[in-house]
Amino acid sequence: MNMQSHGITPERLSNLKRLEAESIHIIREVAAEFSNPVMLYSIGKDSGVMLHLAMKAFYPSKPPFPLLHVDTTWKFRDMIQFRDDTAKRLGLDLLIYTNPEGVQKNINPFDHGSSVHTHIMKTEALKQALDKYGFDAAFGGARRDEEKSRAKERMFSFRNASHGWDPKNQRPELWNLYNARVAKGESIRAFPLSNWTELDIWQYILTENIPMVPLYLAAMRPVVERDGMLIMVDDDRMKLKPGEIIREKRVRFRTLGCYPLTGAIESDADTLPAIVREMLVARTSERQGRLIDKDESASMEKKKREGYF
Amino acid sequence: MTADVKEAAETAVTDYILAQETKDQLRFLTCGSVDDGKSTLIGRLLFDTKLIFEDQLAALERDSRKHGTVGEDIDLALLVDGLEAEREQGITIDVAYRFFATDKRKFIVADTPGHEQYTRNMATGASTADLAVLLVDARNGLLVQTRRHAFIASLLGIRHVVLAINKIDLVEYSQSRFDEIRKEFEVFANGFDFETLQAIPMSARFGDNVTARGQHMDWYAGPTLLEHLETVEVGEHALEAPFRFPVQWVNRPNLDFRGYSGTIASGRVSVGDELVVAGPAKMSRVKTIVGAGGEVPEAAAGEAVTITLEDEIDISRGDLLSTTAHRPDVADQFAAHVIWMSDEPLLPGRPYLLKIGTRTVTATVSEIKHKINVNTFEHVAGKTLELNEIAFCNFALSSAVPFDPYEANRSTGSFILIDRMSNATVGAGMIWFALRRASNIHWQALDVDKGARSEKLGQKPAVLWFTGLSGSGKSTIASIVEKKLHIDGRHTYTLDGDNVRHGLNKDLGFTDVDRVENIRRVGEVARLFTDAGLITLVSFISPFQSERQLARDLMGEGEFIEVFVDTPIEICRQRDPKGLYAKADRGEIKNFTGIDSPYEAPQTPEVHLKNVDREPEDIAEEVIAYLHERGFLGS
Repeated sequence: MNMQSHGITPERLSNLKRLEAESIHIIREVAAEFSNPVMLYSIGKDSGVMLHLAMKAFYPSKPPFPLLHVDTTWKFRDMIQFRDDTAKRLGLDLLIYTNPEGVQKNINPFDHGSSVHTHIMKTEALKQALDKYGFDAAFGGARRDEEKSRAKERMFSFRNASHGWDPKNQRPELWNLYNARVAKGESIRAFPLSNWTELDIWQYILTENIPMVPLYLAAMRPVVERDGMLIMVDDDRMKLKPGEIIREKRVRFRTLGCYPLTGAIESDADTLPAIVREMLVARTSERQGRLIDKDESASMEKKKREGYF
Repeated sequence: MTADVKEAAETAVTDYILAQETKDQLRFLTCGSVDDGKSTLIGRLLFDTKLIFEDQLAALERDSRKHGTVGEDIDLALLVDGLEAEREQGITIDVAYRFFATDKRKFIVADTPGHEQYTRNMATGASTADLAVLLVDARNGLLVQTRRHAFIASLLGIRHVVLAINKIDLVEYSQSRFDEIRKEFEVFANGFDFETLQAIPMSARFGDNVTARGQHMDWYAGPTLLEHLETVEVGEHALEAPFRFPVQWVNRPNLDFRGYSGTIASGRVSVGDELVVAGPAKMSRVKTIVGAGGEVPEAAAGEAVTITLEDEIDISRGDLLSTTAHRPDVADQFAAHVIWMSDEPLLPGRPYLLKIGTRTVTATVSEIKHKINVNTFEHVAGKTLELNEIAFCNFALSSAVPFDPYEANRSTGSFILIDRMSNATVGAGMIWFALRRASNIHWQALDVDKGARSEKLGQKPAVLWFTGLSGSGKSTIASIVEKKLHIDGRHTYTLDGDNVRHGLNKDLGFTDVDRVENIRRVGEVARLFTDAGLITLVSFISPFQSERQLARDLMGEGEFIEVFVDTPIEICRQRDPKGLYAKADRGEIKNFTGIDSPYEAPQTPEVHLKNVDREPEDIAEEVIAYLHERGFLGS
């Protein structure tokens, strides 16, 4: 490797190495201190990086915890395919959970709106899954640079027995000494990627060659324009509104979620370097492509208090 | 874009990204209140660096497409207002982390707003920071809070400080005002252990000297804040400290592999190195090191690795692997500074959980020695410790743990305290030194005593304690004295400062704590030799009166003979037998006696040897004469 000197001791760990080491430390600490941890796997690029780090953290062993995907049944088909392939390729336990009441009541983003859908199929479903398996720690791939209420999030974020987050009463976190003590029913959400920025994530994906869902890359895809966003028609459950026309456009996704709630951007970026290039010059913040955060102001903080990741 | 141009642009970006792989990281914290312009400064840094970054990328574009970075209106104030609005809503009384990057480094800023919880929040932010930016309003100069910030930064082991003298525009960009504040701070900061201290006049509001120079301060030749943050060298201490490895997780996928996973707290390790488990002192050699990218021949501080050893020894989470040459302290009692972070006061005697490295034990505060007023640094007495208070306490632990003084090692010298009932993190501690209770050791009564032994040897036991500057001739003279005594049929032994450090004291460094321990051990050994009836010659710089007193106190009445080898420093420097003065002058040795650490000359030594233009033989004779005079050599 070509070491650059900026008047900096070359032996100091580079930014990516330091982030990598910090994340591995956190992942190991959770595995060592909790009796029943789980890694939330949302199939997106951050989850992909987190999983990659978990594989490194325990090599040559496998990570001593399962993956959990909370399936709203509205994820892109490519995501589901990628999820199953990944679990198989790495030989990991994958738990899939869907809120049965939500399915029974046919909760969906079109009839119930993004807010209700997200609450029942994602937030509630997650809580049900954590309770069902009795997990006392759950890894999430959230980053502090994503959104304002994340900036003050802890690496080990304490949740009470009803999964609530109290931003005013967080445990102080000093050095790399994490307090992993919880009473029965309480839990910790652990965020090993807290100090990564979106650029770090892409740099790491590029340098480590981590597989990603193809939806991040531009391709011709059927989309309609709705509420100022380009929504991909991923299956025939999507009902067109009057005046809406399906167009084939060269688009890609900056973040991945439920397809009816995730806006695509028009783009020619069909390789990782092209994405990075596009991202570096883009001004829009990352979650702008997601309907969920637009519904109400300060929505993230509210959701997090209620138990959202 | 044509396909060619697109491909070229992508290649350029790929190259750029891969070049970034060696980009460094700096974590810093900003201290100051709203009025000092802290939010504006952070907003300015975030905003300006983004522009710079985008400009660089635009330059990479082969088709020269404009990206609208100029002229597009993002109001800096909006970004700042966002932070303040959050505060007003009472959402944030806490630590927030913000990020920005340049070509050279990525920066993680710990932003600690709020006044009420200030000590706790600042300590939290400082614990992981390499550097602190202390903001001062140029109109107000140094305030009580500036001192408090400097103190907490120093307490948490931050060695690099930027004094950001902000709002310089409001004092007409005055150089004299800048110099005045800078000098006042330098005098004040003298007592702290800062390695770099950079004062920068700036206007966060207008951007002068934040990321760009501006046109108002031609008189200032130093770096802008960003230039300084990009280039300041930090964090080598962890690399230079002895190897420490808290075992996090035992990696045992099958019977053929048994690895110990963890993050290297300090130092470096190579395949083949001999390691010891602190405490049980079981030893083995490193067989393999698995790094994040696969097997590696060596690894250093900060890296998360898995180590396998040549021998099957019982190691589990919480153990500390260390180099055999410099071992950590292992004790169940120590003294530490504590910052209290809970509404419930700290109560001496109440058991808390103490997490140090990867080990958690039960601990009580056995005594609050004193509290520290963070504004005046005065020591005050106290029975309990309230929220945001800092105190120096003695701790008693349920079992002995390995550690280093915080000053020597931020990783192995720090701990958190957890309430056993609420599970809340209630305190943070920085270990100062181990406490050893002499009362726990019971002396064996012996029939053959000192008197019996010395009678048989025909001499009165004594300790000749040679003190003087490095190069003063202590060892040379002591060696001649010993030869003369030996020829005379006397029973002697010499403890030489340098030699002892190769063996008995090879685990000690040169911190003040270690120097005291060094003297203590040598004093104890000299005492045992005295007990054996020997005449012991000790050749130690021992620059501090208190240390020599400590040694003197260990000996019986009249047995301690302080021999002051009085050689002017100019002559020592000329001799410089080990080239140490030259090194110290180049700054390669810190705390070197006579250069940047004082030598307290003995006021009333038993023997005072003036060593100028004299032969060592003659000087040694003076010592022998003293011993005869005082009856040490009997018949």
